[in-house]
Amino acid sequence: MSTGSIATPLGPRYTGASITDKIADVVLERPVHWAWVVGFGIATALTLLLLVAISYLFAKGVGIWGVNQPVAWAFALTNFVWWVGIGHAGTFISAFLLLLRQHWRTSINRFAEAMTIFAVAMAGLMPILHLGRPWFFYWLIPYPNVMNLWPQWRSPLVWDIFAIGTYVIVSILFWYMGLVPDLATLRDRTRVRWKQIGYGLLALGWRGEARHWARFDTGYLLMAGLATPLVISVHSVVSLDFSFGLVPGWHSTIFPPYFVAGALYSGFAMALVLAIPMRAAFGLRDFITTRHLEKMATLMLVTGLLVAYSYLVEVFNAFFGGNRYDIAALANRYFGPYAPVSWSVVLCNVVLPQALWLRAVRRHPGALLVLGLVVLVGMWLERFMIIVASLSRDFLPSSWHIFEPTFWDLATLAGSIGAFAFLFLLFVRFLPAISMSEMRKLVHAAEPRTGLATRSDLA
Amino acid sequence: MSTADDTSGNGVRASGAKPTGTAARSPVDPVSAGDDDAHVRLYGLLGEFATPNALVQAARAARERYKHVDAYAPYSVEGLAEAVGFTRNRVPLVALLGGLAGGAGAYFLQWYTAVIDYPIDAGGRPLHSWPAFIPATFELTVLGAALAIFFGLWLMNGLPRLNHPLFNAPDFDLASRNRFFLCIRASDAAFDLHDTTHFLRSLHSLRVSEVREEAA
Repeated sequence: MSTGSIATPLGPRYTGASITDKIADVVLERPVHWAWVVGFGIATALTLLLLVAISYLFAKGVGIWGVNQPVAWAFALTNFVWWVGIGHAGTFISAFLLLLRQHWRTSINRFAEAMTIFAVAMAGLMPILHLGRPWFFYWLIPYPNVMNLWPQWRSPLVWDIFAIGTYVIVSILFWYMGLVPDLATLRDRTRVRWKQIGYGLLALGWRGEARHWARFDTGYLLMAGLATPLVISVHSVVSLDFSFGLVPGWHSTIFPPYFVAGALYSGFAMALVLAIPMRAAFGLRDFITTRHLEKMATLMLVTGLLVAYSYLVEVFNAFFGGNRYDIAALANRYFGPYAPVSWSVVLCNVVLPQALWLRAVRRHPGALLVLGLVVLVGMWLERFMIIVASLSRDFLPSSWHIFEPTFWDLATLAGSIGAFAFLFLLFVRFLPAISMSEMRKLVHAAEPRTGLATRSDLA
Repeated sequence: MSTADDTSGNGVRASGAKPTGTAARSPVDPVSAGDDDAHVRLYGLLGEFATPNALVQAARAARERYKHVDAYAPYSVEGLAEAVGFTRNRVPLVALLGGLAGGAGAYFLQWYTAVIDYPIDAGGRPLHSWPAFIPATFELTVLGAALAIFFGLWLMNGLPRLNHPLFNAPDFDLASRNRFFLCIRASDAAFDLHDTTHFLRSLHSLRVSEVREEAA
């Protein structure tokens, strides 16, 4: 937290020039790595699978999935909540840590923001896909129409489209705004004509004038100030989709903070899962250092403990409240047909991540990669547990029904992961994965002899 | 390009030796002396610096003699905008107005549709159920402010502007990497090619070059 600790983990040999060259050359000069090609091939195949799954869904309807009554929400909503949550850590890193003047965030905010945008894009698909008539999704948007209808403003599903829509737009604006000075750098550095034109158009003619920078800094900081409450509001609204329902296991006031903690938890896990291979494949270990991984691992541990606490409070509330349906829903969750899922959640989200208490684990990239994947799986299963296990057994035992996924359920999930990877792999090849202008500022601020103010005076 | 850079750098020094009459027109184009673009209008003189401190000090000194001074840096340098005379930052005001417009618009829309245009009596609950209107109001407040910041920022910065005389200047591609530049524009009343060149050189700049309105 202290501004004095910005003595960057980058090592003394980096200057504004060398840092720029190194990051820009990942995009401009570095030849395509075989690992990237293999990953891109797999991601493309899965993206095609997603397109096939969507096409077949549009042709046949949601009956191709395993959904039934009462489990009308299953994989699509699980995927939706999971993907939105993953996106949240990106905004948290780029906006909230900026406000808290955490200088180490500079190395990781750009790719974390990209992660946010691609995750939210995947999330945004899911509610549309699960509509019976997806071609009418725009009916949620208030516009004067020939049916003379307006949305029902008291419904969290309507709040959802405002929250998600705002989140997508603000995330893209924030990301692109931060990219503009770096796009200008790429424009100035490349000697290939089509890249000069392409990056030049995207850079909007940025030339680094002092007044422009002053407005840019203010705008960026204000944007961060807006994005921070936004990210909390988005997952709170998503959780209200559930807690406004009367289903036992959903109808709870703990949901907003519980969902936000889980969102950040899965998001830090995804950030680690993306950062560790990326820094190895593109030689960025000097920028995304072990220290960065350790900090992200610490945040993952903290949010994981909040999630574990939420699980405990759910149990406590059920018995403290004494509502027989809540108690039954809880018993069903941990001892009913979905008990293996629920205990896997406890294992993945509560038990295994305790290894992060050990400093050696927090500093070991391989271990962090495995733990990140474990948490991602655990968080997906948690969303599944909340949604499906609760729905499958509501008030009337005569209507109880088990959900079993079909091939198309699994294809949509795998395809969305593939499409996310597809977008992310394109991003690391065509755009700077680390903010060059912020790194230059950080390097200069870390040099005491220049006597410059630190980044904390950016406001 | 690199050869043109070199001649231009030397050219300024050569032309700096002779006294020049008018501010806006230089008798000899330093970039390609003798070519037919000698008539291309002068945009200003550009001094190049190695460190942000040198640039801030140069900018302060330049502002004492000139008004039309611009500074260029590869990242936001503390105090540089103030050194070139930037005082009124309107970005926060624009953000506030955008947020207010978004929030007020959202609340009005909800109130109008739920109370006036399409009232639904749900178990006798009030039509103007303001707590339920808060989430959409909050989201659109944020959206309005963010859109205002984003578009207001580019508008106030005069961007997008894909071409600019400075992009013709030698070394200016380093302005997005590790070099710092100070431009004194020819439009300034106190601008004089000879004097201003000497002035910029006296600030310990790495090089001083002329910037033309069009590509040479």
